[in-house]
Amino acid sequence: MTLPLADTTFVEATWILVVKSIVIFAVIFAIVPMLTVLERKLLGRFQARYGPNRVGPFGLLQPLADALKLISKEHYHPRAAIPALYYIAPAIVVFTGVATLAIIPFGNVQEGFGLYGIDVPIGILYFFAFGSIAFYGLLLGGWASGSKYSFLGAMRAAAQLISYEISMGLALLGAIMMAGSLSLVSVVEAQSQVWYVIPQFVGFLIFMVAGFAETNRAPFDLPEADAELVAGYGTEYGGMRYGSYAMAEYIEMFVISAVAVTFFLGGWHGPGPGFLDPIWVIVKIFAFLFLFMWVRATLPRVRYDQLMSLGWKILLPLATLNVLVTAILVTVT
Amino acid sequence: MSPEFPYLPDEGVVVVQRGPEPGGVGGAYRAFGETLRGLKTTFARIIEGPVTIQYPEEKTPVYPRFRGRHKLHKFEDTGLEKCVGCSLCAAACPADCIRVVAAENDPDDRVSAGERYAEVYEINLARCIFCGYCEVACPFDAITMGHEYELADYNREDLVFTKEMLLAEPVERTPLRREGE
Repeated sequence: MTLPLADTTFVEATWILVVKSIVIFAVIFAIVPMLTVLERKLLGRFQARYGPNRVGPFGLLQPLADALKLISKEHYHPRAAIPALYYIAPAIVVFTGVATLAIIPFGNVQEGFGLYGIDVPIGILYFFAFGSIAFYGLLLGGWASGSKYSFLGAMRAAAQLISYEISMGLALLGAIMMAGSLSLVSVVEAQSQVWYVIPQFVGFLIFMVAGFAETNRAPFDLPEADAELVAGYGTEYGGMRYGSYAMAEYIEMFVISAVAVTFFLGGWHGPGPGFLDPIWVIVKIFAFLFLFMWVRATLPRVRYDQLMSLGWKILLPLATLNVLVTAILVTVT
Repeated sequence: MSPEFPYLPDEGVVVVQRGPEPGGVGGAYRAFGETLRGLKTTFARIIEGPVTIQYPEEKTPVYPRFRGRHKLHKFEDTGLEKCVGCSLCAAACPADCIRVVAAENDPDDRVSAGERYAEVYEINLARCIFCGYCEVACPFDAITMGHEYELADYNREDLVFTKEMLLAEPVERTPLRREGE
């Protein structure tokens, strides 16, 4: 069978796919608590303090305590809420985040076994599709809460998505054109000579800025802007539903970092033998996560009109120009 | 130096220093530079290390003249109390938290070096404002302000320090709960 978009001839048995999806779930649910404690400790260091260091050795059991507290909380919903949507919204966000992780390649096919969830022929479109569904989680959660703050947060989330997803897609388009494939595995393979961060530096910068906006992280955390909107779309949430939103934020951070690594930092490429490939991917991803936390510790939240003008007036023209130049260069060479 | 009347129009005019106008390509360039400068600033804090003092484990050192909980003193050679029960500290105390009941010394079994001694010497630390006037008023340097500041307790009664507690060296804290309480 020939596929119109990308060449993914490597097909695995169903049971391998099942095992892989379980592994992805287990890994991501182990990484997220680590990320929360890492972020809090790093933020502490950035502010010349320690961060959590009371629960367990070096405060490493802090996420366990947090999770226990959140899970054991009462499940309630506001009287004005729409219960079904209110309950399902956090689940959507977590689900889409984990589902996106399926396409991230942690290594090439080794011994008849691809170190990725699935090599989908539409590749990055899958990522954008699930990224868009993730915003349904925020939007529904905010709207179904029946609260003004939640609603404002949800509206902001929607506007932010529209403003930044286009720039993000265009930023990745440059790398896709250079690789000549949508499949993430092919994109990484195409970077064996030079990482795309060098020829696609503008695209990389645009992708990172848009990535901060996509994950609702500082300095673009306007949907939850705690100084003005209490907690934005999550205002009315408590217990593990609130925890799900927090978890989803970290999963999305991880996914955006992984996509950035795949498209711009050469994925699994690195010195050393083949079995080090996943290690390289993880190291690069954590470098990006460090950047996320570093930026959060540094930059103040932008104003809403600044967010919009940055997205539409700077990033979008720049990304379009980047795509045009790349297209010309790819055609010429 | 204020300008003389009548003011000349250009006198006392301060030219305000303004940064470049925001926006445009130059603005974007400057914003990028400033972002990097901010990132550098925060990263320097990681290298610098935390400045936190983790209180119950690490304690802030006090200055030598810090006015903490009071101490009563004895003569080192004879072991007699310095306090002669003159009540000057109680008179000087603006918070009225010191109670002294004096008694005559028995010449065979002296408690203090003077004619009289303090039979009862109590300081109510719940009322004390740690001004140090008692220390200044004392003619024999019998009472001084120590360095101990961890004085929280569960009962107000436990904050009334008796003579034995004030004399005790090393510092003896009241038990948090008395027996049968």
